[in-house]
Amino acid sequence: MLVQFANWVQGELACSPALAKIVGILLAAVPLATVFALCFAFTTWLERKGLARIQNRIGPNRVGPFGLFQPIADGIKMITKEDIVPRSSDHFFHLIAPLLVLVSSMACLAFIPFGLGMTMSPIDTAVVFFFAILGMNTLAVFLAGWASRNKYSLLGGMRAVAQMVSYEIPLVLSAVTVVMMVGSLDTREIVGAQVVEGWATSENSGLRFLGQIAGWHVFTPWGFAGFIIFFIAALAETNRSPFDLPEAESEIIAGYVTEYSGFKFALFFLGEYIGAFAVLGLAITLFLGGWNGPNFQPWWSSDPHALLIPGFVWFFFKMFVLMAVLIWIRGTLPRLRVDQLMSFAWKFLLPLALVNVFVAGFLFHVAKEDRVWASVAAFVFLYLVAKGLSRMNQSDAPAPRKYHFAE
Amino acid sequence: MDLLGSGIFKGMAVTLKNFAMTYFDRGRKERLPTVQYPEAGDTVTLFTRNFPFLIYDGEEEVDGMRCVACQICERECPPACIYIVKEKDENGKFVKRPKVFDIDVSVCMGCQICVEVCPFDAIVMDSEFEYSKEDRFGDLLFNRDELLKSNDYYHKIHPEEAQARDANLAAKKAADEAKKKAREEKAAAAAAAKAAAEKEASEKKDSPEASEPVAEEPKAEPAAPSENHAKAESEAKEKPAAEETPVEEPAAATDETEDAKEESSGGSEGKETSEEPEETAGSGEDDEKKAEEGEGVS
Repeated sequence: MLVQFANWVQGELACSPALAKIVGILLAAVPLATVFALCFAFTTWLERKGLARIQNRIGPNRVGPFGLFQPIADGIKMITKEDIVPRSSDHFFHLIAPLLVLVSSMACLAFIPFGLGMTMSPIDTAVVFFFAILGMNTLAVFLAGWASRNKYSLLGGMRAVAQMVSYEIPLVLSAVTVVMMVGSLDTREIVGAQVVEGWATSENSGLRFLGQIAGWHVFTPWGFAGFIIFFIAALAETNRSPFDLPEAESEIIAGYVTEYSGFKFALFFLGEYIGAFAVLGLAITLFLGGWNGPNFQPWWSSDPHALLIPGFVWFFFKMFVLMAVLIWIRGTLPRLRVDQLMSFAWKFLLPLALVNVFVAGFLFHVAKEDRVWASVAAFVFLYLVAKGLSRMNQSDAPAPRKYHFAE
Repeated sequence: MDLLGSGIFKGMAVTLKNFAMTYFDRGRKERLPTVQYPEAGDTVTLFTRNFPFLIYDGEEEVDGMRCVACQICERECPPACIYIVKEKDENGKFVKRPKVFDIDVSVCMGCQICVEVCPFDAIVMDSEFEYSKEDRFGDLLFNRDELLKSNDYYHKIHPEEAQARDANLAAKKAADEAKKKAREEKAAAAAAAKAAAEKEASEKKDSPEASEPVAEEPKAEPAAPSENHAKAESEAKEKPAAEETPVEEPAAATDETEDAKEESSGGSEGKETSEEPEETAGSGEDDEKKAEEGEGVS
């Protein structure tokens, strides 16, 4: 509907191309920013409630039904709070860092296809662009840590840089497998490749149903391994628990956000969540079939491509499921140590991602009739590789202590 | 060789269970102990104790007060948050109740020692906890009238403890009455013996009425050694004055009176002189009587 409205506006403004372009960008960007700000608000509520239940608490339940208006109250509080800037900080960079985080995260959303024709910036090198802009996040975080002139901020910033740079490699490598198999960097084409074309347009509704799912990359061996690597790396990339070392409150107060308060802190918070949405959106695009999902042909339509449930509904459903898993993980796993974090990235995820690239290349060349056996073999091989890697990484663990006198 | 990442999934299962169980009635009691405080106010259990209050029996707050202003709690209170001033009647004599009984609950640490040491079960712990006040100092200094709460209230908040204390008080009262009775009988016997002795003496002098005033005096000191028969009479007359002297160690004195009681019941006519100093024993008994009188009023 919005897409149709945008197209109509574009048609009306055809006389002045410059104005049409600006209006088009606004029409794409404003709904995106609004929807994701609302998603952010809802996610903070979901996170607080979910964590509370995991920890046997009730969570916010005072503002509105089930505490649903809590994010609004928090927002009002954040805006009206005093903005404290350390006197010896670099005022300009201190101000610009949270904006940069938000801008880079928001810009990442431009390449995610939320539905059919719902990509804000449909370019054919979207995946590369996505990672390039996501890398700016690291810069912004380090900027915040350095500009604050606080030892905790600086430590947090350093940790963030080390962590994000390390985990960016497996993140990109696992995305590379998808790019290899699909043969395109365009996110729309990657989504399109995850539909079993013959099934999805067939008359049989059951086959249509399956055709929307069966092609997801996560069901292939390289896609499965790639999705797990991507998801773990995404956790680290977005500073989510258990990789939230840059803002480890038990060690370095709040890391790079120590010296931020009020609205700037809210911007950081917003930027981080939007970054998480963007990375999860890319994970959905690359591995979970994008906006495809079990769907039906509406009874009033004869078009075989028509869908009863719009694609963006599936997309946002998947996004919130993944977000819930993120919250669930946050409620479960303790924070890693710095050396564990580094060794996990370099000694486990990186080799596994490299092996995964080779497995994907091998499967690409396997003849169609051998594909089932090859897939099973690849699953087993990848598992054994992962197991062996984890074994090798455990070698320096101290042997269990022997007690000679105590029984 | 366990599955890779199985530890993580085990942990995730634990948190999922904790998450899901809070939505079912079966698990909620155990997993979701939060009480929505201002709405659901059943946070107070039978075991809640925080600050002490004074008990009164019956309807009259001041007259039914169990406290006799013995000041034991004041002396035992570790943070010294109790302040007691004894009440005097118009003649300047001490009445067995406090004129001022202040507890500064901002100082009180709720240690319950005052409750433990009180020989009259007059001060007990409350379960009231909503003590927020506008004035930090004045409002948190509770005076006698604020501290006084009825025995019925005590029964309501701590029923078992209140019943135990009531039973204890009743037993004490019964014991005291029995002792009083024994004392009277003893006094009567002593008086009779004295009368007989005096009669023997007076038979020569022809004055038999001398024994009568002693026999009619019920408050005669039974613990007094019978060698001082002549002294006993004068002591009985001095007694009201002795009552006014501030009681120093009533708790110890109570024990001593118990000893004295045992001895007097075991021996014949209190002939065995107690090792304790006579005065302390006497004042202790005075205290007992005071308690009895206080109850008698109510």
